[in-house]
Amino acid sequence: MAETTSTRLTAAHVLEYPYRRSVGPVLGAFFTGLTERRLVGVRARDGRVLVPPVEYDPESGEAIGEMVEVGPGGVVTTWAWVEKPRPKHPLDRPFAWALVRLDGAGSAMLHAVDAGSAAGMRTGMRVRPRWKAEPEGNIHDIVCFEPEARGTDPETP
Amino acid sequence: MPLRDVAIVGFAQSASVRRESSKNEVEMLMPVLREAKRQAGLRGSDIGVTVSGSCDYLAGQPFAFVSALDAVGAWPPIVESHVEMDGAWALYEAWVKLQTGEADAALVYAFGKSSMGDLPEVLTIQLDPYTTAPLWPDAVSLAALQARAYLEKTGTSERDLAAVAVRSRRAAAANPMAQVRASADVDALLATPYLASPLRTHDCPPISDGCAAIVLACGAAVKKSAATPVWIRGIDHRIEAHALGVRDLAASPSTRLAGEKAGVGTGRIDLAELHAPFTHQELILRAALGLGADVDVNPSGGALAANPMMVAGLLRIGEAAARLAGGAGRRAVAHATSGPCLQQNLVCVLERD
Repeated sequence: MAETTSTRLTAAHVLEYPYRRSVGPVLGAFFTGLTERRLVGVRARDGRVLVPPVEYDPESGEAIGEMVEVGPGGVVTTWAWVEKPRPKHPLDRPFAWALVRLDGAGSAMLHAVDAGSAAGMRTGMRVRPRWKAEPEGNIHDIVCFEPEARGTDPETP
Repeated sequence: MPLRDVAIVGFAQSASVRRESSKNEVEMLMPVLREAKRQAGLRGSDIGVTVSGSCDYLAGQPFAFVSALDAVGAWPPIVESHVEMDGAWALYEAWVKLQTGEADAALVYAFGKSSMGDLPEVLTIQLDPYTTAPLWPDAVSLAALQARAYLEKTGTSERDLAAVAVRSRRAAAANPMAQVRASADVDALLATPYLASPLRTHDCPPISDGCAAIVLACGAAVKKSAATPVWIRGIDHRIEAHALGVRDLAASPSTRLAGEKAGVGTGRIDLAELHAPFTHQELILRAALGLGADVDVNPSGGALAANPMMVAGLLRIGEAAARLAGGAGRRAVAHATSGPCLQQNLVCVLERD
């Protein structure tokens, strides 16, 4: 069948996912902690502290719930530099996505690192959270992580 | 050991294109389903079960997959199921149904029109909705986190990644259904800017619209079929934790385990079709499956050459089976993945008589 592209009718298709969710006791503790500028994780069956906390052990599937305070500083375990942020990204200037293993934690959490340029990033570097002025109890209470000042980093000469 | 030997007796696909703007999903599927059944030499009434794979998030409508049933004709009533997953998992469900003996032939299909939304952001919605998705990490950025973890752990270079892109896309020159069918050389690719470092555009898959179908048969239905049967000798799928920071992103333990359970290592592998949307993922998967340099990996071009969402995994099984049926080898491994950074993996071992 011949196509006449010049007369084809098209309409905008707008994608929306207007879901609302509630948090349970484990994530609730994490978000409540954020409002107090505290970071908490949950102890897994193998003793590791998982941050953000989860309700079920990732290996055994058992329910877990012992909360442990961690951080606030941590170490970058891997990172990706974004030169052109997308509109929904947490920072509107070039930044790094990073997995950050907070002090005392056995897993890493995803967030942005405001390091100025890719040259300011390396795996193993120490970072600390930059807090929002008035925390609301969601992940955006951490605006991003930022490099710890030289001299406060005991692992860096 | 399977209770019943199941064979692939038909495989068809649409061309993968950046934007299929003139056909809806039903119109895309109709000729593909007809061709798969024609190859199998089976009629609609021979098909005991139909299973599809797709994602309602691509269309932005709950139960969007139901409308695609028009393509198979749901009257008179048929036994039908759907997975909100890549079609490779629809094939797994159909294989299980055939094991039960309740059907002797199955039709499996998958479709995806990624062009209807902003795919990197649509994929964000599969992440943990409390602490991860609200930051809107896109799929390329997450793959880049995995790529750096892999490069730094193994000493692999960005040049090695570019070589995967060049080999895949040049192989796709022989695949008329693929979308990206040529590549500049490694040096030219390495001179291009990062998309999300350490990944450049060539390390990432194209965004594709497309669909595919496979017909499975066992017992008398295989004899009735005119096609060269390609047997599923083993099939298994495994999953890792949802949270990225809990996993070892530089390896794929779920692929390794699925490969062991499917019997990859019990004989020589002639060719492999690996669902690796990003260049570094092919290298992670090769290691997890123990595939040596002698194995022809992704002769179709793979997901780097055509990546219709929810279809690209099923395509790996179909492409591998079609090559065996065409005489390119006797034993092949096909792999499909789902979720961010190779979270879930399916491995299938195929053999020709």
